[in-house]
Amino acid sequence: MKRPVITIDGNEATASVAHRLSEVIAIYPITPSSAMGEFSDEWSAKGKKNLWGTVPAVIEMQSEGGAAGAVHGALQTGALTTTFTASQGLLLMIPNMYKIAGELTSTVFHVAARAIAAHALSIYGDHQDVMACRQTGWAMLSSGSVQEAHDFAAISQMATLKSRVPFLHFFDGFRTSHEVTKIFQLTDDDLRALIDEDLVRAHRARALSPEHPVLRGTAQNPDVYFQMRETVNPYYAATPALTQEAMDKFAQVTGRQYHLFDYVGHPQAERVVVIMGSGGETAEETVNFLVAKGEKVGAIRVRMYRPFPVEQFLKALPASVKSVAVLDRTKEPGATGEPLYLDVVDALVEGGRGNVKVIGGRYGLSSKEFTPAMVKATLDELSKPQPKKHFTVGIVDDVAHTSLDVDASFSIEYEETVRCLFFGLGSDGTVGANKNSIKIIGEETDNYAQGYFYYDSKKSGTVTMSHLRFGPKPIRAPYLIEMNQASFVACHQFTFLERVDMLKYAKPGGTFLLNSLYGPEEIWDNLPLEVQKDIVEKKLKFYVINGYEVAEKTGMGGRMNTIMQTAFFAISGVLPREQAIAEIKHAIEKTYGKRGEAVVKMNFDAVDATVSNLYEVKPGKITATKSRRLPVPAEAPEFVRNVLGQIIDADGDNIPVSAFPVDGTFPTATTQWEKRNLALEIPVWEADLCIQCGKCVMVCPHAVIRHKVYDKAALASAPETFKSMDSKFKEFPGMAYTVQVAPEDCTGCTLCVEVCPAKDKTQVGRKALNMAPQPPLRESEAKNWDFFMEIPDLDRKLVNPSTIKNSQLLRPLFEFSGACAGCGETPYVKLVTQLFGDRAVVANATGCSSIYGGNLPTTPWSVDSKGRGPAWSNSLFEDNAEFGLGMRLTIDKQHDYACELLAGFEKELGDDLVSAILKADQSTEAGIEEQRERVATLKAKLANSQDSRARDLVSVADALVKKSVWIMGGDGWAYDIGYGGLDHVLASGRNVNILVLDTEVYSNTGGQASKSTPRAAVAKFAMGGKGLPKKDLGLIAMSYGYVYVARVAMGANDQQTLRAFLEAEAYDGPSLIIAYSHCIAHGYDMAKGLEQQKLAVQSGHWPMYRYDPRLAEKGQNPLLIESKEPSIPVSQYAYNETRYRMLTQMDEARAEKLMAEAQHDAKARWTLYQQMAAMHYNGSENKEN
Amino acid sequence: MTDLSTTYLGLKLKNPLVASASPLSKKLDKAKQLEEAGISAVVMYSLFEEQIIHESLELDHYLTRSSDTGAEAMSYFPESGTYSLGPDKYLEMVSSLKKTLSIPVIGSLNGVSRGGWTRYARRIQDAGADALELNLYYMATDPNLKSEDLENAQVELVSEVSSAIQIPLAVKLSPYITSLSNFAHRLVDAGAKGLVLFNRFYQPDFDLDELEIVHSLDLSTSAELRLPLRWVSILSGRTQADLAITSGVHTAADVLKGMMAGAKVTMMASALLQNGPKIVAPMLDQIQAWMKEREYESIQQMQGSMSQQAVAEPAAFERANYMKVLDSFRNLP
Repeated sequence: MKRPVITIDGNEATASVAHRLSEVIAIYPITPSSAMGEFSDEWSAKGKKNLWGTVPAVIEMQSEGGAAGAVHGALQTGALTTTFTASQGLLLMIPNMYKIAGELTSTVFHVAARAIAAHALSIYGDHQDVMACRQTGWAMLSSGSVQEAHDFAAISQMATLKSRVPFLHFFDGFRTSHEVTKIFQLTDDDLRALIDEDLVRAHRARALSPEHPVLRGTAQNPDVYFQMRETVNPYYAATPALTQEAMDKFAQVTGRQYHLFDYVGHPQAERVVVIMGSGGETAEETVNFLVAKGEKVGAIRVRMYRPFPVEQFLKALPASVKSVAVLDRTKEPGATGEPLYLDVVDALVEGGRGNVKVIGGRYGLSSKEFTPAMVKATLDELSKPQPKKHFTVGIVDDVAHTSLDVDASFSIEYEETVRCLFFGLGSDGTVGANKNSIKIIGEETDNYAQGYFYYDSKKSGTVTMSHLRFGPKPIRAPYLIEMNQASFVACHQFTFLERVDMLKYAKPGGTFLLNSLYGPEEIWDNLPLEVQKDIVEKKLKFYVINGYEVAEKTGMGGRMNTIMQTAFFAISGVLPREQAIAEIKHAIEKTYGKRGEAVVKMNFDAVDATVSNLYEVKPGKITATKSRRLPVPAEAPEFVRNVLGQIIDADGDNIPVSAFPVDGTFPTATTQWEKRNLALEIPVWEADLCIQCGKCVMVCPHAVIRHKVYDKAALASAPETFKSMDSKFKEFPGMAYTVQVAPEDCTGCTLCVEVCPAKDKTQVGRKALNMAPQPPLRESEAKNWDFFMEIPDLDRKLVNPSTIKNSQLLRPLFEFSGACAGCGETPYVKLVTQLFGDRAVVANATGCSSIYGGNLPTTPWSVDSKGRGPAWSNSLFEDNAEFGLGMRLTIDKQHDYACELLAGFEKELGDDLVSAILKADQSTEAGIEEQRERVATLKAKLANSQDSRARDLVSVADALVKKSVWIMGGDGWAYDIGYGGLDHVLASGRNVNILVLDTEVYSNTGGQASKSTPRAAVAKFAMGGKGLPKKDLGLIAMSYGYVYVARVAMGANDQQTLRAFLEAEAYDGPSLIIAYSHCIAHGYDMAKGLEQQKLAVQSGHWPMYRYDPRLAEKGQNPLLIESKEPSIPVSQYAYNETRYRMLTQMDEARAEKLMAEAQHDAKARWTLYQQMAAMHYNGSENKEN
Repeated sequence: MTDLSTTYLGLKLKNPLVASASPLSKKLDKAKQLEEAGISAVVMYSLFEEQIIHESLELDHYLTRSSDTGAEAMSYFPESGTYSLGPDKYLEMVSSLKKTLSIPVIGSLNGVSRGGWTRYARRIQDAGADALELNLYYMATDPNLKSEDLENAQVELVSEVSSAIQIPLAVKLSPYITSLSNFAHRLVDAGAKGLVLFNRFYQPDFDLDELEIVHSLDLSTSAELRLPLRWVSILSGRTQADLAITSGVHTAADVLKGMMAGAKVTMMASALLQNGPKIVAPMLDQIQAWMKEREYESIQQMQGSMSQQAVAEPAAFERANYMKVLDSFRNLP
C-alpha cells in the first residue's frame, strides 16, 4: 500500500496521533509544545473525530499543575487522556505524575523536551525537563525525528495500555518539534490495527464509578506504605518487553521497525556512543560515514529510557566494544555523572561488562548545535589513551576544561543535497514562504525535504533564518546549515547587509539572491566591502530583485514572502519554472484562498511580477569603501564589546565559558549599545508647534523620544542640526527645551505622532511631530541624540511628577526594548522607572515583559547618571507575586534590623543622625535624597569600624533608604497561573506594587485565551469566541478593603494613569494596577492603540477607577470611577479588532449573540461600580463615636 | 378600493412603497417585518466590492502579519477552517431573502473593478435576485479626470453589466451631474431599465475641538425630497426607464408627490430606520384615504400627472427659486 506522505513538523506529527487516540486533552500553553495543544483544540473545534468517532474534549487549564490535575481526574474516571507540555510545565506536573504512576494508570504525556530555568530561562531544547521526571515511575520513550515522533506517539499509547505504566513520550524541543520534514502518515486504519480495543475497555473498566465504587488515593502508615510501593515491580519488569512487542506490531503494520535500543555501526565496533533524541540521528549518520571509511565505531540510539532495560542494552552493545561514550543532553551539577551515563555504567557493571571503558559527556543544552563533527570528536576522544572521563562537546570550556576540541571543517553532508539559507524579518513572511516551499518540494517532487527556522528573541525587527535542505537522499541532519555549506543564500532585507555576515554560510560557487533597493546596474557599488569580497572570492552567482518595489506595486506591503519564494524557485531550478510557478500559485490558493479572492489575486500578481524583475549581476571589481558596521560601537564597555557584542553578531556559540558570569548576573543599561536601526521613518520635531506637553514622551514604547529642560549654556556645543526652543515650563523659566528622537532605536511605530495634540493652525495635518524618512536623518539625528543625552538631566528633587509634562522630564530607566513596535505594555513599565526607577526592585513574571526585558543579548533596564536604576529579576511564570513579596520581606526585615542596630550607635553616629535616619520622611524625592545622604554619612562613619555589629549595620544600611517593590507581568500570570499567589500577596497587606499588563490574552506564547480574555473575542482555545465574560480581577482585589486598586488605560486618560501609579506607590500596603495594554495579538493597527484604548473606555469595556482604602479610613467612599457612563456600544470598540471581527466572519450568529452579551456585561459592570461608588462609608465616624 | 399597484423594472408591485438599500435588509426577520408591514419590494443593502477586498486584505494582513515572527508565537490567532468573506455572505442573503419573502428582492452593487462589476452582477442574479440596482457611487477627486471620461466609463459599465445579466437593471445616480438629462438618456440607451434618484452621500463633518474629520450618519428629512422630485418631474415622460425616488420619502404626502412627479416607486430608508416598519401601514392607509377623498382610481392614474410635461408652467422646474420670487413680486396687481 502506498502510504500518504505529508510534510509537517514534529509537534503536528505528534498531535495528529495523540488527538486521534484521546478522549480528553487538558493542556496549558508552553513553548515549544504549545502547538500540539493548539492543533488539538483547532481540530476539535472543527469537529475532527478521534479513532472511535467522537470529538476529543480539549480544555485549556490555568497552569500545567492544573492540567495535570485535570488529566489525573479524567484518567481516574476512565477517559483516554493526554497532555502536551515542556520544561517548567513538566516540572509542575511531577506531583501528579507520581500519583498517576502509583495508581498504574495508562496515559501518555507528549513532551517537547526543553531546557529548564536555572541561571536563566531558555525556551530551547534539551533533556533537563524530562530527566527531572525519571524518578516518577513513568516509562520514557524518546523519539529522534519527526517520523519517530509520529510513530512513537502511537507506540507509547500501545505500550501504556498494555503495561498500565504511564508513558512520557519526548522529543527534542526546537528541533524535532519545529523541524518541517517529509514523513509517512499513520492512517486511521493503521492506528486501528495498532490499538487493542480490549485494552481500551479495560482502561475504562478500571475507572471510578458510583456504579461499582472503590476508593483510590488513600493515606497509609508505616505499616503498609512500603509494601504497597513494591507491588508494582512486576509491571515495571514487564514494560520493556511489552514496549518491544508494541514496536514489533508497529513494524508489521507500517514496515518501520524500532527497538528499545537501536544499534548502528560496525558489527565489531570498538568505540560506541550512546545517545537519545535527535542527536541520535546525527550520531547514526556520522557513524555510518565513519564505518564506510573503515572505522570500527558504532552508536546506540536509546529509545526506551525508563524503565531502563539493562538486558536489552547489553544485547544491543556488540561484544567487541572496548569503550563507550555516553552523551547526555542534560546537566546534573554535583552528580557523579549525568543520568544516562550512570544508567549505562550500572548496566555494564550489572551485566558483567565492567571492563568496558565508559566516559560521559554533555552536549546540546538549550538547542546548542550538535553536529557530525561533535560526534566524531566524541568517538576520537575514546581513542585517546586518557580520554576525559567527563566532558562537554559543542562549547569551549576554558574554566573546568571539560570541552573536547572539534574539527569544524568535518562534514558528512551529501553532495547531492541542496542546502539553502534565507535571512528575513519576522514580519516579512520569509518563514511562512519557506514552510510553503518545503511543502512544495516535499510533496510535489521525489525529493526529501527538511526545513528548520531560527528566530532571534526580539519582538520587533526579528531576524529569521530559514534552513532548507532537499535532495534525492533521506535527510537526517537535525542541525543548522554550517559555514561554507549553503548552495543558496538569500537576503530578504537589504539593511541586513550592513550588520549580518550571511555569506560566511555560502558554499564556493553557490548562489546569492539579494532583495535590493538598487537595480542590477547600481547594486555592485552599493555593497559593503565584505560582501563584495565574498562574492568574488567564493565565485558566487549573484542575483538581485527589487522586491520592495514589486511588493509596493502589487499591494503586498512589507511582505516579501511570495516574491522571494518565486525568485528562489526561478533561480534554483528545483522544479521547471512553469511548474514551480503553478505550484506556488496552488500553495497560495491553499493557504490564502479562504481569506478571499483579493488576497489570492494580490499574491498571484506578486508571483507574476517577480520573474520579470529578477536580474543576474556580474560581479565587478572590489570597489566598496564602506565596511559592515560593528555589532556595538567601539566606545561600549568591555563586557558589552567582548561578550554581548559577539552575541549580537550571531557568534555567541564561540564565546568561551570563562567570559560569562557564574550566577546569571548581567549588567543593565545595555540596549543603548545595540543599534538595531529598524525604522524606515522616524518622528521629526517641529519646535514652532510644540506645546511641551510631554505626551509623546509618555506613550513612546521604546523610550526613543524624550524631552529635556536645560540650561541654555549647554547649546554652545550643540551640533548644527540640533533643535531647541525656550522652555514653556512655568517651573523652569528662562531655560531651553528640546524634544529629541533616537533615530537608530526608534521602531517607527508612530504612537508619538498619533498622540501629539499640537496641530498647525494653517494646516491641521502637520503636527509638532511628523514622520519623515529615516535614512537621510540617521547620521545627523544620531549625533543630536548623543549630544542630547550628554545634557544633564534636571535634578529629580526639582521635578514635581504629578503632571504629565513634568513627570516626563524624569529619565526613563527602561529603554530601547525589543518589544513590538507600538507595544501597549512598555509605556507603563517605563513610567514606573521614571517615577521610582532609582529605588525600584522588580519581580517580573515570565512572559512578553520578561523577554523584552531580560532576553540576551541586551537589557532595556537602565541606570541614571548616578548609576542607580531598577534591579530586576525573573523567577518563574507562576510564582512572581510571591517572588516579589519575598523581596519586600527582605527589604522590610533589613530595614527593621538596621533600625534595631542603629539604636546602639548613637555615640558613634551622633544622636541627631540616628534620630534623623529613624524619623526620616521619605514621601518625596527630596526626603529620599536626604536619607541617601544620611546613610552615606553613616557608612562613612562606620567604614573603618571592626565592630561586627557596625559592619552588619553597614551591610544592611541601604535598606534604610526607601525601596519600591514592583511585581509585574501579564494577564496570563495574574489572572491564571499566578493568581493563587497574587491573591495571597494582596491579602498579605505588605507594601508591594503589582502591575498587571493586561493584554487580555497570552501574548508571548501566541494568543491563547486567559481568564482576562473578554467575551466575544476569538483566541486560541476560544476559537468560537470566548463565551464567558472577563474575570474582574480589580473587583476581587477591592473585596479585601485594604488593597489599593486602579484600573487604567493610558490612551484614554494619561493623567489618571499617572495619578494611579503615584498613589499606588505611596500607599503603604498592597497595590494593584490593572493596565489596558493594546497588543499585536488583538489584530489591529498598533499605531491606533491609544485611540482604541479610548474606545475601550467609552464603550464601558474598560471602566477606569481608583480604589483607595485611605479614603475609607476617612469615612469616604474609596471607589472613584473615572470614566464616564458608556457612550458608545461595545461593538464600536470591539469590531476595530481582528480578535472580535473574525468571529463575525466565522460565525455571524454567534458573534451577534456574544456581542449582545458583552454589551450586557459592560452595562452590568458599570451599574455595579456605580452602586459601589455611591455607597455611604461612615466607618470612621462610627469609630469616633 | 383604490388601486395602489404599480410596476417597476417589469415587476408588478402591490404598492409604490419600496424599502431602499439599508441595513434593514441585512436581517431576515427585519426584512420579513417590512413585508408584513406592507412594503412592496426590498432593495438590498449594497454589495461593496471595495469593502470585500478591504475585509479580505485586512483579515489576511492581521492573520499573517504576526505569524512566524518569533520562536514562541508562531501565530496569534487560531486557524479557522472557513471565513464567510466577500460576496458569499451577500449572495447567501439574496437566496435567503428570496426564500423568506414573497415580494421582489432587488440586489444592489457597488463595484470598483471592471471584472468585479459584471462578475458580482451575475452572481447576484444567479442567487435569485429579481432585479439589480447599480450604485454608481464614485468621488471624482482627481483633477485630471474629465467629467466626460468618467461619464463614458460609467455608461460603458452599465452596458457591460446589462448585457451580462438577464434580470432588469436599475442605476442609482448621484445628483452631481452637470447634464443629468443627457446622462440619464445615455444610461438608458446602455441598458438601464430604471433610474433611481438619488444616492445620498454621508458627508464628513469637522470636530472643532480635535480639529479632526468625523463621520456620522444623518438620516434624511422630507425636505430632501425636493431634489429628486424635481428631477423625476423633469425626466418623466422623456425616458423609457422607470423612475424611482429615494431620499426624503417620509410621509404619505411624499409618496403621492413622488407618484405625481412620475416615479413608479418611492423608496424609504431613513423613515424605516427611524420609526420601524410600523409606519408603513398608516402611510398606505393615508394614501388610500387621500386618493379616495379625491376620487383617484389608481396610483398609475396619478403617475406623472405633475411632471414637467404635464404641468401648466413647465418653466417652474427650470427657474431658480429667486426668479420665481421676483416674478411673483412683479405680478402683483
